[in-house]
Amino acid sequence: MKKRVIGIAALVAAFALAAFVLTGCGGSSSSASASASASGESAAASAEASGGVFRTLDEIKDSGKIIIGVFSDKHPFGYVDEGGEYAGYDVELANRLAKDLGVEVEYVSTEAANRVEYLETGKVDVILANFTVTAERAEKVDFCDAYMNVALGVVSHKDNVITDLSQIGEGDEVIVITGTTAETYLTENNPEIALKKFETYANAKTAFENKEGVAWANDNTEVIAFANGAEGFTVGIEELGSLDTIAPAVSKGNTELLEWINEDMEKLGAEKFFHAAYEKTLLEVYGADYEDTLVVEPGQK
Amino acid sequence: MELLGLDVLFKGSNAMRLLQGLGVAVEISVISVVISLVLGMLFGVFMTWKNPVARVISRIYLEIVRIMPQLVLLFIVFFGATRALNINISAELSSIIVFSFWGVGEMGDLVRGSLESIPVHQYESAAALGMTKGQIYYHVVIPQAVRRLIPMSINLVTRMIKTTSLILMIGVVEVMKVGQQIIEANRMASPNAVFGIYGTILLLYFLVCWPISMLARHLEKKWSN
Repeated sequence: MKKRVIGIAALVAAFALAAFVLTGCGGSSSSASASASASGESAAASAEASGGVFRTLDEIKDSGKIIIGVFSDKHPFGYVDEGGEYAGYDVELANRLAKDLGVEVEYVSTEAANRVEYLETGKVDVILANFTVTAERAEKVDFCDAYMNVALGVVSHKDNVITDLSQIGEGDEVIVITGTTAETYLTENNPEIALKKFETYANAKTAFENKEGVAWANDNTEVIAFANGAEGFTVGIEELGSLDTIAPAVSKGNTELLEWINEDMEKLGAEKFFHAAYEKTLLEVYGADYEDTLVVEPGQK
Repeated sequence: MELLGLDVLFKGSNAMRLLQGLGVAVEISVISVVISLVLGMLFGVFMTWKNPVARVISRIYLEIVRIMPQLVLLFIVFFGATRALNINISAELSSIIVFSFWGVGEMGDLVRGSLESIPVHQYESAAALGMTKGQIYYHVVIPQAVRRLIPMSINLVTRMIKTTSLILMIGVVEVMKVGQQIIEANRMASPNAVFGIYGTILLLYFLVCWPISMLARHLEKKWSN
């Protein structure tokens, strides 16, 4: 009987501790992500976290392994081929960086929503997952030099090609997918254009193919891939809105690694590495016409 | 084949990869289920205690389990523990911790319910016969409670197995993630892969959960006599 009481007491203590730790973490992590500098306590906590979480260049070299977060289901940027190997435009660069550093590479499958978190907790050394550079993200992670351009694009029917937004008449509708940058951009900058919104890519695609809407606005990579894969459509506007770039990112403050990657990427730019990577991975989807629009060779202006 | 999008299954090692993914999901759920069943029983007994401290603790714990979505718990354990305490827990271990935390809580509540469903007069009669508290539980309460527990706990177990699809959010490549990888890698070549792959995953989950349901039905039948 006494034994049992002690056992249960220990169990209780363990639960209580677990509950305490869990709720404690929940509080601090949510406050840190909501407003890191709002209270002194959470700012200190995040400063402490960013001070010690990442691995330095030497630590990566010593461990013989660099951990890189990539997409595993975003063909053709980062995906897993039928042999189970990681492949794609981002992975080409990741493999090369590891090779130049003289270490093995370990891939971590990331999602769009957790890329920043992975770097903030130092669970990966580098994120190479089609990561668009934005001011908001730059507060939390450090971006290296860009290796790709991204903008909005507008695809239209071949018999009524839209090369400028002013061609869109009053009764015309433009298709967008809810929650995308295209929707935000058109709502803010061209409120006069009527939008037809769809929840998913598949629905937008079907509607547009069935002649709903005069045009479809989305990321230019998406509309180019669509126009190349279907008959009777042309990308009339290749770049719309602000031109964004895609770059590798490292944990905030990991300057040593950042500088090494930038140096290495500059070398790769000189040997036209990124054009070669485009031809190997993106060409079949986007075609040769867009190579110079999309690819950036770091250091080569 | 192509219309159903099943052709991609036979490309390269795709079918094998799906099965490996299923293996990861099953491994994590089996470990969590075992922990949940064992600790859940103990927690359930603890929950029936009249001690006010015990009540508060179990109340708080159960409410956390009920209110917090599993995805939030996964993020807290995987990312939060590193941020706040600088402890680096692997994605697999984080998954097991979260699923056990959830399973113990819910299982405990089920056990508590089953125990409390045994009428008080049975405890009293057994005590009147001179049985000790341990004997009452062993001979009278537990055999009856377990029978009432089976259908509900099977429900919990199958729910836990299916919810493992969430762990792809912390980078564990399980069956769901492998499926998405295969679908996306073939988005242009076989757009119908969506049906074929998700259909296959449905079948795989069914093959895992169905025997458990059959076992439960068998046990229920066996013990109802």
